[in-house]
Formats: sequence, structure tokens, C-alpha cells
Amino acid sequence: MLACLVLIIAVIVARAVYLQVMYSDFLQGQGLARHLRTLPVMAHRGMLLDRHGETLAASTPVDSLWVNPVQFANLRPRWGELAQLLGMTLAEIESLLQGRMQREFVYIKRHLPPHLAKEIKALNLDGVFLQREYRRYYPAGEAAAHVVGFTNVDDQGIEGLELALEPYLAGKSGSKQVIQDRNGQIITEVGSVKMAQVGEDVRLSIDQHLQYIAHRELKAAVQQAQAKAGTAVLLDVHTGEVLAMVNQPGYNPNNKEERLPERYRNRAVTDVFEPGSTLKPFTIAAALESKQYHVKSTVDTSPGTLNLGKYQIRDSRNYGVIDLTTILQKSSNVGASKIALSLKPEVLWNMLTKVGFGAITGCGFPGEADGRLPHFLDWHTAEHATLSFGYGLNVTALQLARAYAIFGNEGRLPPVRFTLPSASETFARTLGTQVIQPQTAQQILSMLETVVQSGGTGTKAMLEGFNVAGKTGTVRKNSGGVYNENEYFALFAGIAPASQPRLVLVVIIEEPNTGAYYGGEVAAPVFAKIMQESLRLLNVPPDAPF
Amino acid sequence: MLKTAWRYDHFMHLDKPLLLGLFSLSMIGLIVLYSAGGQNMDVVLGQASRMAMGFSVMFAIAQLHPHYIARWVPWIYTAGLILLVLVLVMGDISKGSQRWLNLGLFRFQPSEMMKLAVPMMVTWFLANRPLPPSPLRLIIAILIALIPMLLIAKQPDLGTALLVGSAGMFVIFFAGIPWKLIFGAGALLAGAAPVFWYLLHDYQRKRILVFLDPESEPLGAGYHIVQSKIAVGSGGFYGKGWLNGTQSHLEFLPESTTDFIFAVFNEEFGMLGVLLLLSIYVFILTRGMYIAMQAQGTFARLLSSSLVTTLFVYIFVNMGMVIGLLPVVGVPLPLISYGGTSLVTLMANFGLLMGIHTHRRLLSN
Repeated sequence: MLACLVLIIAVIVARAVYLQVMYSDFLQGQGLARHLRTLPVMAHRGMLLDRHGETLAASTPVDSLWVNPVQFANLRPRWGELAQLLGMTLAEIESLLQGRMQREFVYIKRHLPPHLAKEIKALNLDGVFLQREYRRYYPAGEAAAHVVGFTNVDDQGIEGLELALEPYLAGKSGSKQVIQDRNGQIITEVGSVKMAQVGEDVRLSIDQHLQYIAHRELKAAVQQAQAKAGTAVLLDVHTGEVLAMVNQPGYNPNNKEERLPERYRNRAVTDVFEPGSTLKPFTIAAALESKQYHVKSTVDTSPGTLNLGKYQIRDSRNYGVIDLTTILQKSSNVGASKIALSLKPEVLWNMLTKVGFGAITGCGFPGEADGRLPHFLDWHTAEHATLSFGYGLNVTALQLARAYAIFGNEGRLPPVRFTLPSASETFARTLGTQVIQPQTAQQILSMLETVVQSGGTGTKAMLEGFNVAGKTGTVRKNSGGVYNENEYFALFAGIAPASQPRLVLVVIIEEPNTGAYYGGEVAAPVFAKIMQESLRLLNVPPDAPF
Repeated sequence: MLKTAWRYDHFMHLDKPLLLGLFSLSMIGLIVLYSAGGQNMDVVLGQASRMAMGFSVMFAIAQLHPHYIARWVPWIYTAGLILLVLVLVMGDISKGSQRWLNLGLFRFQPSEMMKLAVPMMVTWFLANRPLPPSPLRLIIAILIALIPMLLIAKQPDLGTALLVGSAGMFVIFFAGIPWKLIFGAGALLAGAAPVFWYLLHDYQRKRILVFLDPESEPLGAGYHIVQSKIAVGSGGFYGKGWLNGTQSHLEFLPESTTDFIFAVFNEEFGMLGVLLLLSIYVFILTRGMYIAMQAQGTFARLLSSSLVTTLFVYIFVNMGMVIGLLPVVGVPLPLISYGGTSLVTLMANFGLLMGIHTHRRLLSN
């Protein structure tokens, strides 16, 4: 009996020694692992601001509802109260838990409005928790939506500048150590392991006011013309900063339902089109730069047609012998073709390449298209000719706007950017590459002014108090290699004020559907409205007061 | 001198060494309970009042002469059997088993009463005739223990059933039976193991399987064992200190005030505390064995031996369970675990021991 007692006590003591002395480090670690948790501390995402500091995107704290499934399952009688607050059915809650009972964390609903979070907290249910998260709001709504883009439910940028600027905007989440009880309730915070680093605010080059104007006018025009789509790009002629960039159809970024690729695509950088007659100024520029032509040179365009093998190039009517200015003013295809054919292919190709066609602008916008510019060695005569009036190559609206900037920027091609330069960058700021002589740029600018004056194709782009230099374009839409009879792009690209250039604006209306389809009819008025208002808002002094 | 022919070596029929041991255990119990119960003074005061009741019961029983008690044993046993049947018919259900009888004023667990009634009844039956018992009497004695045991197992409360049954068996063992029979019974039990396995409830089978490999189900049935082992081991040699145990305070450890309070004790007081607690228990047990050896008369000797052995089993089954040597069975740690009924039974047990010791007839000179 006594021996038995001694033996059993010995066994117990041996076991105690084993657990508490030899094995104790491991078991202590296990104990710590059960109650000491490292939790992430969410970092606030930086704001997107316009150039004047107006908010374009901001993160606000919201609460997401999650549960510990095992505890939550015990509360089944009270699910009804919760379901009612959340506007969910019991079956929906059930399906969320299906197959997740082994987990300790299941989201029920994310991003609850604050009042709802408060009511749920008041229910005081075991195993039901709220987690602080951030939700992105876009105060400018549809107006800036295409440029700004949006974030996913985890507040990571997935479209537009939200995606492009992710490295700056995203905060670095930190971590903290807490003591949790078995139910996941935090008892105390032990301390911070790593501080959360708040994301940077980024100032965009966008001017919210100009953006609104462009949005308003483009939307109205697209609706009025019952067009399929539309785009407007407004750049600072000297710095290449994007001041406004709008598209139609649009979407409200605050409403997830509206986030469809058809609607959120930033067509100004992702979609390409044939520039048509808006390309002619570059053909003329190439001619002037080649020294084969000068401002007073003339070209015989009679009889208004030009036969190249099986192709025939046509003008609206027979303009006869006209100078370079008139080729632009009347938009003569024959004139442009004859000039192009008199130049070596590489001369025209060089010009188009130098102004940035066929390559991305380097603005960093996600999904930017590079367009297409065939190499001159692959050109046939017909291509050589049609390229001179903008067929046979593809460009984006942004490329076209930037290329036009050279005429207002003394022949220099500015870099395109969506952000304001930081203080250190300002000094080293590139002025842009010289692509044509300042004199040539000035000459083209003067020629383009006649397009908007009486007798030109773009009189509807005329402004009150400002001279405009611009070019219309009416392009048959090419789908699958076939030029359709009734589908057009109506284009207008222009610079104002012409005597002291500040802004360059490209307007595209795709497939206008109410009869009028000429660039001068459909796009030029939109150009006028946006440009007029923008110049007024920027306090640009009128250069043609009377 | 006729008057000095009787002499009682005691004060009010209390055994001082046992009293000292029990008192220190109660104090330790209250201190640990304060920590394990989430520092709730109400819990501690409630338990203290139950302890006071337990000590009163002990005091009252200690006043009774063993012969007097022996007269009452058959009645107590019969009443216990009736109550057990009543429990099965109309008992309260708590945590899935039917163990409680609601007496209006308080709830009562008849199975607790049988922990004492069974060994007493077996003793009473065997002590009537010379020992060792005849085979027939042996079989009757076994039935006396087996019937209540089966009734309790039906509730189901396997832990208590085994304790009640074994309490009866200890008496039979001490009554003196041939070793052949003991080994034979052992072999029979081993052979019948598969049958028992078949008779067990699912949760009981699971407990045994999980005991063999607790990590197989760390969130399910193995949860108690794993958490308890962590609590014990993380105490280390010196412990984390009173009120500093994390396993119980953060609610990882289940049943931390009742069956698993020894784990809390381990975590907070470490190996040193365990050695202290063990020595108090060993002190009480050796005193109990001394009382058994000194006991006069077959009834007193048999009863006291089996009572001490039962106590011994309680202590080491609970400790063995907490430190992962035995499967999880619902056995409280004497005087430390929270709870009323088992405490009263236990104190009655000590009352009997004291009564047996203090009513000895001593030779004058």
C-alpha cells in the first residue's frame, strides 16, 4: 500500500519535472502563441489632390463586420437581429459560414456605414467583431473618374492613377502586439512592433475646375450627337501637364455597380484612332523643315483628285493652285498628298516619329496604347500619300494633343505628366525636345489660325476675345480593315490663345448619329466651349479683344 | 478507577493533524480559486461558506461512534439507491447528463452520496462475518458495489461510477481475497475491454482516443488536454506568480475553477507549489493510513482503509488528468476544486475517519 503510494507520487513528480522543467520552454512558447498576437495596423492611404489641393480621392475610416464562426454559430437565435440590420437573409449568412467553420475569421459584410456599425456594436453579440478599414471616396465623381481610377475593397489601386501611383499612395501597414483571450477579445495592447506609415498625398496636374468644364461640355455634346463615345484632352502647351482629361461614357467611381470596362476605360490613353486631317499640319511642317517648301509655296491640286494605281484621293471640290495655308484651311487631301509624295518617305516618317506617334508618351498611365506608325521602308506609294492626311496610322488622343503642343511651344515636344513636379524636380525640369524649328512652329500656328477664320473648316471653334489655331478632322471609322459608310470620328485639335499659346485641346466625338458628322460641325463647338471657359478660369488675357 | 477506564485522545473528537492538513488545503484552495475564478470575491465567499458547511458536517459525523454509524448503513445505502433511480426518472439535465435531483431548496447529486454509502455498505456486509469472506458473500459484496455503479454510469457519469465502484472494490480487497482471484478478475476485465468499448458513449470513446493522442484534435476533444498541458508546463519551476496565469485568465483553459484548477495552480505556482501541495496531500494520506492501522474492530479498520484509498485515488486521478497522464474524467481535486456536493462528501469522509480514530478505546495505563 505504502509502496503503491510512493510509486504513484514518484510518477506525478516525474511528470511535473518533465513538463515544468524539461519541456517548459516549449510549452511556455505554446502559451504565448495562444494569447500573444501580432495584429496589423492599417495605414491610411494617401489622398489624390488636384493642382490646387482640391480632393479627388480620399480614404475615410469604415468598419467591416467579421465573426468567429464557432462562437457565432452558438448565437443562431440572434442571427435574425443582425441579418435585419445588415439587410441580409439568414440563408446568405449561412452560406458565408459554409465550409469555413474551422477558421477563426470570416467577413460577413465589409465597409458598413458608421451608423450601422454603431447599431451592431450595441447588439453586443459574442464572436461578432468590427474591424477598422478604409474606404475610398471620390468627391469629383464621374468628372475625374477616368483619370483618377479606383481602388479595390482592400484599398489598393486597381485602375487609373490610383494604380499608377500605388507606391506613393499606399501606406505601409504596421503591426502591434496584443494579448487576446480565447474569444479573440483584445485584453491589452502590449505595444507597437512597427509603426504604420501613412501613404503620401499626391498632387495631380489636373485642374478640377477645368476637368468639370470639359466633362460637362463633352457629356452634353455626346448626348446631343447621340454619339457612341467621346474624349477631350486639355494640356498645358509648355509643360505638357494634363489639365483635364475626360471621356464618355463615364461612370460614378463611388458606385461599384458602374465599374464596367466599357465605362471606366480612359479612352484618351487606351484607345487609338486614325487622326485623319488633324495630321496635315505635321505634313506641312515636314515640308517646311525639308526646305523644299516655304510659306509662299503653291501646289496645283486640280482636278481635285489624284490617282495612285487603283486608289483615288479626292478633295471636296477642285481648289486649283493653292498655297500651304490654303491646304490646311480647306483641308485638301490632294495638296497634302502631293507634298508628301514630293518628300522622301523618311522625311515624313521622321516628323511623325519625332512628335511622338507610334510610341507611348511615357506618362505612366496604366494601359497606355502606343498606336501604330508603319516604318517608311514598308510604305507603298498609296500609304505614303494617305499618311499625309492621317490614314494608315493610329494614335491616341493624348499623343495627338501633345504633338500639337509643339506648334505652341516653339517647336519643342513637352513631356506628358499627370502629377505636379516636386520641389527638387522643378529646377531640372525638362523643357521638352526640340522637334521642329521655332520659326516653323510659328508658321504652322499662323496657318492654323486661318482654319478657324471665315473660309476655314473650323469656324465653329472660334472664341470670343481669343485667337485660335486649330485643325478639323473627319475620319471614316475603320473596323476590321473596312471603312464604314456611316461611322465617323469627328475631331478637332487646337491651340489658344494663338498669339501667346497656353493650352492645347483635342476633342473627339466617336460615331455621331444625328446627321452632322464633320469635325468642324460636331467637335469644333465642343472645343470652343471648353477652351473659352478654361481660358476665362485661368485668367488668360484676351489676345483678340475686338 | 472506573472513570479513567475510557480515555479519548482528542479534542471534541477532532484529529488535530488531519484538521491542520485540511485547513491549509482549504486556504490554498480559496487563494487559487480567487485567481482562477477571475478575481471574483463572490465566488470565493460562496466556496468559503460551502467549506464551512463541509467542516460542520465533518464535525458532526466525527461525534458519532462507528458502531452507531454501522447501524444506519443499510438505510443510507437503500435511500441512496432509491434516489439514484429517481434521478434517472426525473432528474435535472445539466451539460447533457442527468445527475441532479432538484429538492426545491437546493440541487443534490445522489451519486456523490454513494461515494460514501457504497464502501460503508460493503464494509458493513463483510464485517458481519469472519474474514476472508466466502465466495457467495464475495459475490453479494461485488453486487452491492456494482448496482449503484451501473445506475450512475447510466446517467451518464462514467468518472463517478468508476470511483463509486472502486471504493467498494477497495473494501473487498482489504477484506482479504486470494491473489488468484484478483489476477483472474484483472484478466477477465482485460478480456471484456472490447465489450466495454462497445457499451461506452461516443463522447467517452472519443475521450479515451484523444487521451492517447491529444494533438489529433487540438480544437475539439483534445482541447482540454492540450491547454492544460500548456498551463502546467508554462508554469516552469517557480511559476508565473499568483494572478499571473494567462491560460486561465484569458479563458483558454476550460473548467479552470473545477476539474482543471490544478492546472491553474501549476501555471501560477510552478513546480515549487506542486511539491508543497503534494506534501500536504501526502501528510493527510499518511495520517489517514495511520488511523486505519490503529482502527479497532473489523468495520472501522476496513472502512477507514477504503476511505483513505478512495481519497488517494481522487487526488491522483485528478492530478494525473491535469498533467496528461490519465484520460479526462470529471474528478475534482479534493478541497481545491470549486463545488459543493463533492466537498461535503469529502468532509463526511474525513469526519468518519476522525470518528473512527477518536472513539478508540484506550487501555488505561
